[in-house]
Amino acid sequence: MSLAISAKGLTRCFGDFIAVDRLDLSIEEKTIFGFLGPNGSGKSTTLRMLTGLLTPSHGDICVLGLDIPKQSEALRLRLGYMTQKFSLYDDLSIEENLKFMAQVFNLPGREVNKRIDAQLTVYGLDQRRKRMAGSLSGGQRQRLALAAATLHEPELLLLDEPTSAVDPENRRDFWETLFDLCDQGATILVSTHYMDEAERCHNLAILEGGIKQADGSPKQLMADMQATVLEVDGTHLRQIREVLTARPEILSAAQQGARLRVLVTNALSNPEEWLKSQWPDAMKDRTIERVRPSLEDVFVHCTGQRRQ
Amino acid sequence: MENVSALRKVTNSLQRIMSILVKELRQLSRDRPTFAMIVIIPLIQLLLFGFAINTDVRELPVSIVDDSRTYYSRALIEALKATQVIRVVRQDATPQEAENALQRGTVRAALLIPSDFNQRLNDGRPPAQWLVDGSDTMISSAILKLQTMPFSAIEGIQSVSPRALFEVVLYYNPEQRSVVNIVPGLVGVILTMTMIMFTSAALVRERERGNLELLIATPVHPMELMIGKIVPYIFVGLIQTGIIISLGHLIFDVPFVGSIVQMLLATMLFISASLTLGLIISTCTETQLQAMQMTVFILLPSILLSGFMFPFEGMPVAAQWLSELLPATHYMRLMRGIVLRGAEIQCMSNNALYLGVFTIAGLMVAAKRFKKSLD
Repeated sequence: MSLAISAKGLTRCFGDFIAVDRLDLSIEEKTIFGFLGPNGSGKSTTLRMLTGLLTPSHGDICVLGLDIPKQSEALRLRLGYMTQKFSLYDDLSIEENLKFMAQVFNLPGREVNKRIDAQLTVYGLDQRRKRMAGSLSGGQRQRLALAAATLHEPELLLLDEPTSAVDPENRRDFWETLFDLCDQGATILVSTHYMDEAERCHNLAILEGGIKQADGSPKQLMADMQATVLEVDGTHLRQIREVLTARPEILSAAQQGARLRVLVTNALSNPEEWLKSQWPDAMKDRTIERVRPSLEDVFVHCTGQRRQ
Repeated sequence: MENVSALRKVTNSLQRIMSILVKELRQLSRDRPTFAMIVIIPLIQLLLFGFAINTDVRELPVSIVDDSRTYYSRALIEALKATQVIRVVRQDATPQEAENALQRGTVRAALLIPSDFNQRLNDGRPPAQWLVDGSDTMISSAILKLQTMPFSAIEGIQSVSPRALFEVVLYYNPEQRSVVNIVPGLVGVILTMTMIMFTSAALVRERERGNLELLIATPVHPMELMIGKIVPYIFVGLIQTGIIISLGHLIFDVPFVGSIVQMLLATMLFISASLTLGLIISTCTETQLQAMQMTVFILLPSILLSGFMFPFEGMPVAAQWLSELLPATHYMRLMRGIVLRGAEIQCMSNNALYLGVFTIAGLMVAAKRFKKSLD
């Protein structure tokens, strides 16, 4: 496996604020890689540094064999970039926007129309080609943005929170398209704060406060988690939660309907018994069940300690 | 092979410039308010400056105190009325009453004709006196000019002695109508205003709306972006020039002596200079509001120091230096020369050269300042 992106010690400061802190990345070719992190965790800053739009304060970046930001002009033609905010022109129609992007990327004249027609069909916009981009729904805008970013068939796609303004159904379709693109040979880097999206990635990195907290495939991350997940049922879960989270052995507790999902440190060999012995009265009539960790558990475990 | 790839580079670059140009035109045609401004700004300014701001002083209200009441004193009053500079609105019995009227502002000046007027006419003493409201210099200078009126203007006087010393011949604007001088200058002011405003906003708008982040992630070169952005506005500027000059000719009868081609050439040079100035502004401002404020910052000296309002020669040396830096100053000279005096650009090559150098240097500064990064 060769690497599409590798970065070492990537750091970016804005004044005193360290947005990205000594980040190491290796992203394999033809995979979908996810950045999972809360708002302000440095996802966008990292993506911008990888495209050459921001100069790193420290560290080395190599994208598609090019030294970034030195050779970022050469990268432009091989890169598709979708910004977090819709950045095509509201006062141009779908077709005009695509034509503009095609010409900016110097697609040969005779291919332009064929290519645009194909993109419109793939992204389900062929019925609306004359509509102004400003009047489109969130899902349509995002499909248009992806159509524009993939118009010149880039080897690498960087998508900055592409589904933040999109309903679940459109999100599903969107991910199907991403896997199609990946099958056709594109490497895709996507930032998100949705767990279900992160879980679809081949590999992902969890960022918080500009620091990489963990990385690997979702499965591996769940397997490697240094905590046990227990579910406790019964009534008065809010009060129980208060009591539990006061203890350092309990990493987190979150209510999910009629159950309380509790993350307990791996240092305890038998967490169920430990719970019962610590709070004999409160745990008396409850069932305590060990369950499989989800990506959300991993995320909470990685980031929970630092959140203030 | 070398040549082929070089040619390919040039055509690619041209294609990118064209794509930005077409996009800019499309957006402009859909931006109704801006589109309307292109036509309405020159129209309103032309009517405003042409009709309201008129430095020709005519029909000043005056009072007359005629203590002489002779044939000659009445002849003097008639001769003064005939100049159209004054309009007699009242006759006062005493100088005191006339002074009061002056103070109230009902008259701008009062003419005192003493009882020994006839005597004075003969022995060479000043025969009459003007009391003038000197607070507005333009008004006082109009009355002061009456001082030089020859005695022979008074009907019935044959005296040859106190005559005007010089005879003056006026070229180009013999009627001394200020609108003739204002209209060609107005083209400069309006172009400064609209051209700088449009372009300074053009790039900042892309930044504000978030289009720029995508645009700089594409192969577009900063220079291509700059050129693609300014070319559509050259046409806008030419349309505005056409409106002002042709309406100035139709409504205010402003002569057009020179050649249209020469005017277009000078205008194109000035538009390019103004547009690059706008681009520079847009590379150093963050919001459209800031860009607008910077535009006003350039616009004010362009109105006050360029020779549009006040003659260049009357300015202090420091102001003249500042004035020479402004593209509007050079364009003002070119336009007045071409439109009013039928001059050719070659006779005023310094001014044309300045505008050309300003444009090229400005484009380079703007492209250099505009980095393709978000740092």
